[in-house]
Amino acid sequence: MKIAIATEQENLNSQINQTFGRAPLFLIYNTEDKTSTFIKNEAMNAAGGAGIKASQFLVDQDIDSVICFRLGENAVKVLSGANINLYSAQANKSIQENIELLLNDKLEALVDIHSGYHHG
Amino acid sequence: MSRIAVLSGKGGSGKTFVSTNLSNIMNNSTYLDCDVEEPNGHIFFKDSELKYEKKVYRDIPTFDSNKCVGCRDCVNFCKFSALAFIKDTPLLFDEVCHSCGGCELVCKHDAIHYEKSQVGTLSVYDNNSKKIVSGEMRIGEASAVSLISEVLKEVSDNSIIDCPPGSACSTMESIKGADYCILVTEPTIFSLHNIQMIVELVELFNIPYGFVINKSNKDLDYIIEDYVKTLNKKILAKIPFSKEVAQITSEGKLITNENEDVKNLFYNLLNNINEKVN
Repeated sequence: MKIAIATEQENLNSQINQTFGRAPLFLIYNTEDKTSTFIKNEAMNAAGGAGIKASQFLVDQDIDSVICFRLGENAVKVLSGANINLYSAQANKSIQENIELLLNDKLEALVDIHSGYHHG
Repeated sequence: MSRIAVLSGKGGSGKTFVSTNLSNIMNNSTYLDCDVEEPNGHIFFKDSELKYEKKVYRDIPTFDSNKCVGCRDCVNFCKFSALAFIKDTPLLFDEVCHSCGGCELVCKHDAIHYEKSQVGTLSVYDNNSKKIVSGEMRIGEASAVSLISEVLKEVSDNSIIDCPPGSACSTMESIKGADYCILVTEPTIFSLHNIQMIVELVELFNIPYGFVINKSNKDLDYIIEDYVKTLNKKILAKIPFSKEVAQITSEGKLITNENEDVKNLFYNLLNNINEKVN
């Protein structure tokens, strides 16, 4: 299984980024071989539709699950459309801890879905 | 003779109040309500006769799944990220789409065609010697720009353009053809904060502008006046905070029909602007 997490630092002990589409990095964690890959989020500075673009990137990486605090509805449409499971991250827990929680079935499905941060 | 846009950073500052009353004292004027998410200017012009009403559309792409080969040229082209590619099909986010036509141009397989999608309705009224133009957005529509550009096709050389609040795309579209901008403020910190963004916008568009303080209060006007001084600009008019003004406006009437002092204040405002524009 491949898990994607938005992050600011290349460090499993750091926190999950509060935003998704405009996060600086994505961690792709492969549970089979326990490898971590940090990839720059090309959608970070998109003029618009950052959530869509970031989601498309993760779909193309064959991600199975996303752990995050909240998502915009467009990102949800792309990720859910590709049957990616969305999980609600636990605050004050590191990326590593959240991954372990997911692997032990301790994370809830994501509920915080907002209408996006659009500016005209 | 001029095209005057009326703006404010925040809603409820008095854009429609200033716009409708200014339009009321101008002969043969056109009043254009570009606040298409909540148009209410037409309410103040009693005995208007609806001349015509038409639906306004914008173009959005549709995808022919029989012709699409999944090359993603369209998805990669879209600068607004309005397209995703999921389960071997392009997926359109129509509220993000800017109707630019680019995806249709880059598709080598003739799989993309544009179709009309209704954005809202345009209404044109006759009111004695005045023309009242009002756009109303369809519920659920995200972008007002195409509807506003349709409203502005009705502009004349003697127009008042009632803009949407804020400084986003819809406001930019509304002021594009304006000769002058009136910035309506209130003597509050919140209004000051928002009007600074409007100043940045009109300076970017290089349109001459001036300020009106609505709900003026001699103890608080300094909040706006001090800022206006730093720009070397002048306050064009101060509309007093008065129960009578609020009462008459809340009844859907124009204060310039009811109160001579305020009517003269609006004449002075208009003369002030005409001196600057002509």
